[in-house]
Amino acid sequence: MKIPILYNLRSLRARPTATLTTALGMALVVAVFIGMMALSIGFQAALVKTGSTENILVLRRGADSELSSGINRDVANAIAALPFVARDSDGEPLISPETFVVVGLERRNGGMANVVIRGVSPKAFDVRNGVRITKGRAFRPGSGEIIVGKTLVKRVPHTEIGESLRFAGRDWEVVGHFEAGGSSFESEVWGENELFMPVFRGEVFQTIALRMEDPSAFEGVVETLEADPRLAVDAQLEREFYANQGTLLGGILRFLAVFIAGVMAIGAVFGAVNTMYSAVDSRAPEIGVLLALGFKPRSVLASFVVESMLIALLGGLIGCLIALPINGLVTSTTNWNSFSEVAFAFRVTPTLLVAGIVFALVMGVIGGFLPARRAAKRPVVEALREVGS
Amino acid sequence: MRHARLVWKNLTRNKRRSILTVLSVGVALFLFAALQSVLTALDATSEVGSESRLITRNATGIVFPLPEAYTQRLRSINGVEAVSWANWFGGTYIDSRNYFAQFAVDEGTFFSMYPEVQIDPAQLEAFNGEKSGAIVGQGLMERFGWSLGQTIVLQGTIFPGDWEFVIRGVYEPDNPSFGDENMYFHYDYLFENSGEAATPGWFIVRPSDPNLATEVAARIDGSFENSSDPTKTETEKAFQAGFVTMWGNVGFLVRVIGTAVFFAILLVAANTMMMSSRERVNEVAVLKTLGYRDGLLSRLVVAESLAISVVGGVVGLTAAAVTLGNNEMLGSILPGYAVLPSTMLQGLAIAIVLGLISGLVPARQAARLSVVDALRRVA
Amino acid sequence: MALVELRSLTKRYQTEAEIISVLEDVDLNIEAGEYLSLMGPSGSGKSTLLNLMAGLDQPDSGTITIDGSEITSLNGNQLADWRANHVGFVFQFYNLLPVLTAFQNVELPLLLTNLSKDERRERVEVALNVVSLSDRMEHYPRQLSGGQEQRVGIARAIVSDPVMILADEPTGDLDAASAEEILTLIERLNSEFNKTVLMVTHDQHAAERAHRMMYLEKGVLHQ
Repeated sequence: MKIPILYNLRSLRARPTATLTTALGMALVVAVFIGMMALSIGFQAALVKTGSTENILVLRRGADSELSSGINRDVANAIAALPFVARDSDGEPLISPETFVVVGLERRNGGMANVVIRGVSPKAFDVRNGVRITKGRAFRPGSGEIIVGKTLVKRVPHTEIGESLRFAGRDWEVVGHFEAGGSSFESEVWGENELFMPVFRGEVFQTIALRMEDPSAFEGVVETLEADPRLAVDAQLEREFYANQGTLLGGILRFLAVFIAGVMAIGAVFGAVNTMYSAVDSRAPEIGVLLALGFKPRSVLASFVVESMLIALLGGLIGCLIALPINGLVTSTTNWNSFSEVAFAFRVTPTLLVAGIVFALVMGVIGGFLPARRAAKRPVVEALREVGS
Repeated sequence: MRHARLVWKNLTRNKRRSILTVLSVGVALFLFAALQSVLTALDATSEVGSESRLITRNATGIVFPLPEAYTQRLRSINGVEAVSWANWFGGTYIDSRNYFAQFAVDEGTFFSMYPEVQIDPAQLEAFNGEKSGAIVGQGLMERFGWSLGQTIVLQGTIFPGDWEFVIRGVYEPDNPSFGDENMYFHYDYLFENSGEAATPGWFIVRPSDPNLATEVAARIDGSFENSSDPTKTETEKAFQAGFVTMWGNVGFLVRVIGTAVFFAILLVAANTMMMSSRERVNEVAVLKTLGYRDGLLSRLVVAESLAISVVGGVVGLTAAAVTLGNNEMLGSILPGYAVLPSTMLQGLAIAIVLGLISGLVPARQAARLSVVDALRRVA
Repeated sequence: MALVELRSLTKRYQTEAEIISVLEDVDLNIEAGEYLSLMGPSGSGKSTLLNLMAGLDQPDSGTITIDGSEITSLNGNQLADWRANHVGFVFQFYNLLPVLTAFQNVELPLLLTNLSKDERRERVEVALNVVSLSDRMEHYPRQLSGGQEQRVGIARAIVSDPVMILADEPTGDLDAASAEEILTLIERLNSEFNKTVLMVTHDQHAAERAHRMMYLEKGVLHQ
């Protein structure tokens, strides 16, 4: 026979201060957990989104980042001619040999930001994932025009359309802003590869992004590229390449989220244990009556665990409410593979909210179990005797 | 204090509750010490950079090298006493997870510029005599179990290929936050084998008068302003601080988390104190009839919460100092990670504040308690 | 001048519906060394009168003067100090602190004085000796019988040597034999140690052992 949950709800309302303080303690733990995870997820999402599963990214053999790679023009031409490269309606290969450098630009709020300057081919807008001009227009080849990612616009001055951004010893005219689905491209400046090449690192591209004719055959494509002795390149699925760049930092953040929230949870569980023991002790007579009425000790145990979980549920919900406003908040850190700054948004996903509530419930179960067992194990006679005193 | 016994007896009457509360405060202060030490280590990292050394790099960005010819031009600038240069190698040892920093340095000038790097003179000589020689930090030796004279192979990422190095020297930093996990090797070895034109990644400049560092920096940048590669010169300290800010706003994050931890545990502790005092309403009333003043009774309540909190704080901070203070893993991620005495003191202050606040509400309740009401409730 | 003088003492309680008069214009003189009992039905205001005399409660009007000080004009802290020095309170349910031994319970009032540890020990031992519990000093309340607990309570009331003992149904929770012990003890406090005693009781037999009996009904005192 089950003890109705209403009984627990009434008990919680009978001691609002203890219920609320305990729930709020858990709420803060849940909020920190969600916040830290949102940071980690946001960072990794920004990098994962940067890459597409339909593209292959080619780097010089042994290079571990776009920055350290270098590919000659004849290699780029050889790759463009390969049969698995997708073509547009005009029969042009969908390939973007790119130059990649990182320059220091003054931030709006002081200090220097390391910003990626990417030189792309005119085909880049078809090859790269979801890149879309939001304001102004794309750069014209041969013109010294650039376009700026939309999160960079907020952080670096002289990036409004019509303004000139100065780097590498000359001015570049900003003609457009672009978005790329929240990916790290939005923290970059794009211009024409042929124009950037002489300015920065000479006659060499850093990477080549290409669209595959048949994305499901990517393993074969990678194999073919890497086996070709003339090329001496490494090839990876574009999505994997960028996702890997975030693995280390994302992993550190995730570890920190679990570590910090876990340690905090210990403190909060201790608080819950105190509250529940106090509840069990002050209701000894009631428990005696329940047992005398024929409720099984198991039901009493379940009832108190449920009560603890109700507190935790309240805490979890409040925690979600506290954490929700940080969703979309933009922050930045560094992609340590390229030393460039990546801006990204905290992402509080529905799954994360559910995880937060589950986390709270686990705290509730752990916090409620021992006190509940004490309630269930109490001999009826002893419990009833306390009614008289 | 003659009332200490009463406080002690109250603390020990519900041992489980007191211990759990002590531990939750302990946990909070443990976290505080762990997080705060990240900040102090980051601060220390930006302090490592000397104010009497200047770093001259390509104004376009740190990844762009500078011409070797700048060495002579730098030396001729008024106020410059010594010039050295170095490159970032960025090699991988077996697996990219075994990250550590490698610098190609000009052996003739670099080590006299960096007295922090302390090497046995005989080892330094052996290093100088060997083209592929390397000097590595004591921490790296221990981390990978290397021995002197061993040949190690790094995969170049910026400079492709497999690179062999012979460990000829081991250094100890004179200051832990400098880090003992760096590797230094010959600049010449790098460019003789890379097939690229030798180009220093950055220059290190020692001004003849450290007080004039900023003036010298301005003079350097001024003299290269109109050349092919303009420079950006700043003190090494500012340069290092720039790297620290690249992590993002760690300080803010730590403060937010710290505040959340503080309030979460404050709620736990305050709740415990309130539960305790609710159960003792009757006793407080009795003490009042015996002539105990309201203020004294409040102080007894606060003394109790303070005791819990301070004991918890000491437990947590000690645990942090013991487990994190000399932690190898943390030390390799963040050189100089240590739980400083100042962090411990701050933690103790936080514990005291926590104790005072958590005792506040029950202390007020004790003081305001009406004896007549309290005793009637019992009867 | 009498030790205790109550003048026109009035105490009312405000409930939602009405104002209840607990004490109405009570006048009373108690001479030093007297032993009084106070009877009356539940809710007649006995405890209120006792609380007022102990300085635990304030009247709505009227004055209480005890041993020359008008306690109705004292503030909270002054009242606390006054209680510590002038009154010993004996409760129906003993109200010992469960975490302290008999000795430590009796010592509690002395912790408010400037007495040294040795002086305190001496006086606690004397007090426990008076109530014949010298052999139970290190016992905790839960290890004592009801009668013994009440004797500890009395020792606590006399340890600071107050002029007046206020006892609120001191035998109310005891069996007949223990009650008799307690009543004998209270008599001794009065006769042997010259304490002025006011005892509230329900028990006619107990009340009759006092020198003077009073009866409180509906807030009015009958002497």
